[in-house]
Formats: sequence, C-alpha cells, structure tokens
Amino acid sequence: MVLSLDELDFGPPDYKEFLPPVSKKNYGKWKYHEHIKGGVIKHVAESGDEAYTVRAAIPKYVAAETVNKLCDIAEKYCEGYIKFTSRHNVSFIVPKAKDVDSVIKDIEAMGFPVGGTDHSLKAIIQCVGWTHCHTPATDSPSITKALYEEFYDEFKDNNAFPERIKMAVSGCINMCGATHASDIAIIGMHRKVPTVIDEIVEKFCSVPNLIKSCPKYAIKPKRGNLKSIVIDEEKCMYCGICYSLCEGCPIHNPEYDGVSIWVGGKVSNTRNGPLLARLIIPFMPNEPPHWENVVKIVRKIVDIYKANAEEDERVGEWIERIGWEKFFQMTDIPFSDKSIDDWIFSVETYRKGTNFKMV
Amino acid sequence: MTRPVEELEKGKWPSYVTEWKKAGYTGLVEIYNKALEDKRTHFKHGGMVGYPGYDAGVIGRLSDMPEILGSSHVFRMLEPAGWFYKTESLRKVVDVWTKYGSGLINFHGATGSLQLVGIETENIEPAFEELAKLHYDFGGSGGDVRTLAACGGPAICEYTNIDTLDLYQALTMRFIEDIHRPRFPYKWKIKIPGCPNDCVAATARSDFAIIGNFRDAIKIDQNILKEYPEEKILKVVNKCPTSCMSYENEKLDIDMGNCTRCMYCINEFSKALRPGDDKGATILIGARARGRIGAFLGWTLIPFIKVEAPYTRLIEIIVGIQDWWDEIGNPKERVGEAIYRIGFGKFLFEVGKELGIDPVPQMITRPRANPFWFYWPGEVE
Repeated sequence: MVLSLDELDFGPPDYKEFLPPVSKKNYGKWKYHEHIKGGVIKHVAESGDEAYTVRAAIPKYVAAETVNKLCDIAEKYCEGYIKFTSRHNVSFIVPKAKDVDSVIKDIEAMGFPVGGTDHSLKAIIQCVGWTHCHTPATDSPSITKALYEEFYDEFKDNNAFPERIKMAVSGCINMCGATHASDIAIIGMHRKVPTVIDEIVEKFCSVPNLIKSCPKYAIKPKRGNLKSIVIDEEKCMYCGICYSLCEGCPIHNPEYDGVSIWVGGKVSNTRNGPLLARLIIPFMPNEPPHWENVVKIVRKIVDIYKANAEEDERVGEWIERIGWEKFFQMTDIPFSDKSIDDWIFSVETYRKGTNFKMV
Repeated sequence: MTRPVEELEKGKWPSYVTEWKKAGYTGLVEIYNKALEDKRTHFKHGGMVGYPGYDAGVIGRLSDMPEILGSSHVFRMLEPAGWFYKTESLRKVVDVWTKYGSGLINFHGATGSLQLVGIETENIEPAFEELAKLHYDFGGSGGDVRTLAACGGPAICEYTNIDTLDLYQALTMRFIEDIHRPRFPYKWKIKIPGCPNDCVAATARSDFAIIGNFRDAIKIDQNILKEYPEEKILKVVNKCPTSCMSYENEKLDIDMGNCTRCMYCINEFSKALRPGDDKGATILIGARARGRIGAFLGWTLIPFIKVEAPYTRLIEIIVGIQDWWDEIGNPKERVGEAIYRIGFGKFLFEVGKELGIDPVPQMITRPRANPFWFYWPGEVE
C-alpha cells in the first residue's frame, strides 16, 4: 500500500495541538521572564499566570526508552507537553512553581544536567561526525562529550562567564554544526585532496555528475581515460562533496585529518551585532576518544576570556575590543600564515595604518 | 583495556553511546568503535532512498563494512513549530521508530528537523506510512526548501514581534511541495526568530531570515526599572552601542532616533523594558556556512515589513527571489552567493525593482569606495 499523491504533502503536525495549556491561554500575552537559577527560567504572563522552563541537556542521540522517561516527567508535571530547543536541549514548561525542584530532581536522576541558561556554557551544537556521516575529518560527538566533561559545572551555572559562551563542533567544512558564528568552534579539516581510484570511478560513478558537483570546478575528466577524473590540488577545498557521490574518491586520510579552532563568532544582534568566527589554530591532530589537547586549549581560552572580559562582553566582542594581536599574545597561541585570509574577501581583514598594539 | 567506544560511556556527562546500547543498536556501536580506532569515518553515502512521490526526506546512509552495519538511513521529519510536542504523540512516533527502525532519535538536526536515525532500506515505506497516520511528514534534503525553524515566540516569550509559530506553519504548507521535491540549484533555508536575539540563528544559517522587529519606541516602565540596582542600569546605559540612553533622576530616556533595537537593554531589564507596538520583521538574505565561497552572515534585504496572515507579500518576495535564483543559480550555489556573484546592487536593480524592494542605506554598513560600474547598459538614455 503506497500512499497516493493526494495523500502526500500533508506537512508537520499542527502546533496548536501541541502547545501546553499555559502557552495556549497566554499566547502572545507574556509579560516578562527571569533567569532564577541555572537551567530555570520564570515566565510571567499579563494574566498573572506563571510558568517555569526547566532546561536540560540530552545526548546527541536518545533511545526510545529515554524519550519515554522524559515523557513520564512531562506527564507528571507538565500536563503531557514537552518542548525541545534550537540547541539540542529538552525543555519542560512547568506550570506550578512548587514542582520545579521535583522536575530538576527527576531529570538529573536520569543523568541529564539541568542548565544552559543565561551566562552559562550553552548547549554545544554538534554534527554527527564519525557516528553517521561520510564526509567528516573529525568526530564531533566525542569532542563535544570531552568539552562537556571539562565544562560540566559551567553548563549549570548562570554566572559562569561574563556573557554566554556558545560552542559548536563540525566534522568538516560543510559546517553542519553552526560553527561559523559561535564563540568557540572546532571544525574538522581534511588536508589532502581525495584519492581517485580509477577502477571504482569507472565502474560506479558518473563523471559529468562529479564535475558538476564540485563547488570549485576542481574536477576534470582524466586525459586518456574519460571514464575517470583528475582533481586539481590547487583548486580543491577538501569539502568531500565528490565523495558523497562517488566511492571512488575517498577524502579521509587518518594521518593528516584533524581539527581547527575558531573563535569570536556571535549570532544575536545585541550591542554591535553578529560576528563570524575567526581561525586561530589551523590544525591539531585527531585524538579520540578524550581529545585532551583540544580540551586543554579551549579551557585556556575560556579562562583568559573569563579573567579579562568586561561584564556582558561575548568572546568576539572582547577580542575586537582588545585587538587580535593582543589575543594571540595573551593566549600564547602561535600565529601563522594560515590565520591570514587569502580568499576573495581578504583585504577587508588586513591592517590598514599603524593602530596596532606593539608586542 | 577498555575500547574507545566504551571510554565514551565514562564521565559525568550523559553518553550517546550508552543510549545506542539501550536501543540495542550494536552495529552502530561497533562501526563507531572502528572509526575511533582508525581515526576515520566508516560511513559512505547511502545512495538514493526515499518514499515514492517524494524526492527528499530520507538521508541514505551505508557503512563501508556491511558485515558490521548495513543500511542506517535517517528520516528528516518536519518538526512541529517551535519544537513543542504532546507526549501522547511523541510516544507513538517512538513506537513506530522502535518497530521499524533503531529507536534512536536526534532532537533535533542542525536545520531543525526531528531526526529519526537508523532504518534499513526495506522498512522505509511501512515506517513512513505509519508516521503519516500520526500526521508526521518528512522532507528537506538536496536542492529544495529545507525544514523551516521558528523560535517558541508567542507561546512562551514576550519579546516576539511576530507570530513565529503560525508563520512557520503557513510557510511550511505554502512550500510543502518544494520541501519534498528538490528543483533548485541548492538548498533554501528559512528561519523565523521572533526578535533580534535570534534564538534560531537565522542570521547565520538561513538563506531567508525573517527576524521579528519593531519600529516604534521601546516601552519603558520607569517604576519597575527603579527596582533594578542603579549600578546595573548605569552599566547598560554606558554599554549601549549607540549611546542613545541616559539615566537621570531615576528616569531612563532612550533616543529612539538613534537606537538600533539591539535588544541589549531589553534583555537586561526584561521586567521594565519591552519592544514597541508597531511590530513586523526585518528580512535578511544570503546567510549560510561555507558554501562555494565561504561563510556569509545574512544581510539586510528589507529593514522592516509588516508580517500578518496570510503573509501574501512575504510569500510574493520569497517566490520572486527563488524564481530568479532558480533561473541563474549555478549548481550548489546558494542564493547569497548568486547575489554576490552578480552584485547586490544589480540584484536590486533587476530583481528588487520587480519585487518593489528599493535600495536604502539600512542595507549597507558603508557605501562603495570603488568607482566601477555604476550604470548598466540601457540605464542611461
């Protein structure tokens, strides 16, 4: 029984049926909210109604059994409604103040930390990395886990930092982990062009399709063997898209793949608006499962930020105020040509004039 | 010695590997352990899989060691607006997924979709048919309109300037055919945050960002403001990016002619300050990660537009730009890159004019400094 065309295109469930009663009643009529403690937000409506958001982190993947347990909590305290957030969190909208602590207790009994609000470490955005994807140069979920182990307390603390810190981890430059506008971002880097295996390309892959797929026009038919391809090393940007289409050009190279670190991105318009994250460390080797060196350098950057930034200053705002040359000096991160932009938008990033800090 | 995959079950932070084991997904545990040991992924592209009548919604996943893990495809379900669920409904989804798939769920994918992870090819059709009975649809992969995303908006937050949830539902249904059938040069993402705090990262991650905004004065309750410590008030006044605030004799004054509505003061004094009453949205165009030519943040296309159901004007603008991009876009070229390639000025001259989008200084941070190509052939007669 295949559904007919008329039965398709029905779209997502109607959100109106999924709103908790307190949201339905006070829809568009909320008055204010307050961060009352780590992971808990108090919402007050014009009607005088109150609701408490209790936010908790959940693993990147959750088993059916776990979802059902979360639903148990929601049925016990939240009239059978449950919400998730844009940063992989689960969120319980609790209508009664007296239930807040019970909800926290029940969630934490499942092993899920309550937090990620206000000036804390926000939940880390991650892609699936080696757990379920064909392009990554690194493994986002295990890096994320390692960072969370290090910053566990800061996730739960509303006053952990001068401003919130948003971290993100992407396995490759396709950046499914929202890395380009995060305070601290880890991005997997391939550093070798795909290896073309003629026999596989000839047999299983479409050469025109491969040529068309390349964002950089780096793929050409092979001279003398038009059933295979050559990849221009100068043009290739190691995105892995050709490997998506063809097993005959694997990009993984365990010896040379690794991670890069970027800082200073921000999405919200607060104060001077959004910022892109910038490259500070071009390469670190892959060190699963605990990523000691990645964690160490992130900890160092966070601590220096925490000790030096002004109140309400995001990582990027702090660095823009003190200057990037000062940032490299303070963190002792070696500066290299890799941090100097050589792409078409580069000139905007070059220093004009003499207004820099002497070291 | 513990294997790397079991190492990841240790520690205070909850482990996804433990969840896989709870779900009994041994193949994934084993293939991942191999990846951690070999320092490389063992997944390859999963080929074309889907539901008859749809060309999007299922992400094909195969491992390169079928003896350990066979097909492990992913369903990208269209999430209910704002990620609100009724447990009764969610439990049924979980039951279907346990019956036909691995039972593993990812709340939520990077674009916002509900990701049901790990199903074998032959189970795709029966699983989708049961999900359809529960009114869960999938979509959003390849060169199509991707799953939209909206913040909780009016259901939970007082900052919102638009009905994010209703707009999510209306636009999703307007573009539902394009969500299921890729026909564009590349993906097209729409995200809907209710205010400039942008809790869904529309500024960074959506080709077409509809950001709730207002254009009249910030509403101030001077009496409630006094309850905040004066030190904090002075800090915010001092840090206001346009220096448009002053605080004298226990009275806050905001010079709205110079305010950029950055939300900083509203965030800090949530009880006393609120967005104004003349509400609508700002439209940004062109954001995405990496792409062909690097990451872009979205830039202002329309500084302010009224956003009211049935959203006719908004849809007219989206469709107008999509039609142009569909025509001129190169393969894997997002709309922002297409506009960059021909020039934003020329885009406004050609497409903007037709859609009634006039050039205004709000679109730029500073005017051009080079003298090249002010006029187009035929423009000067």
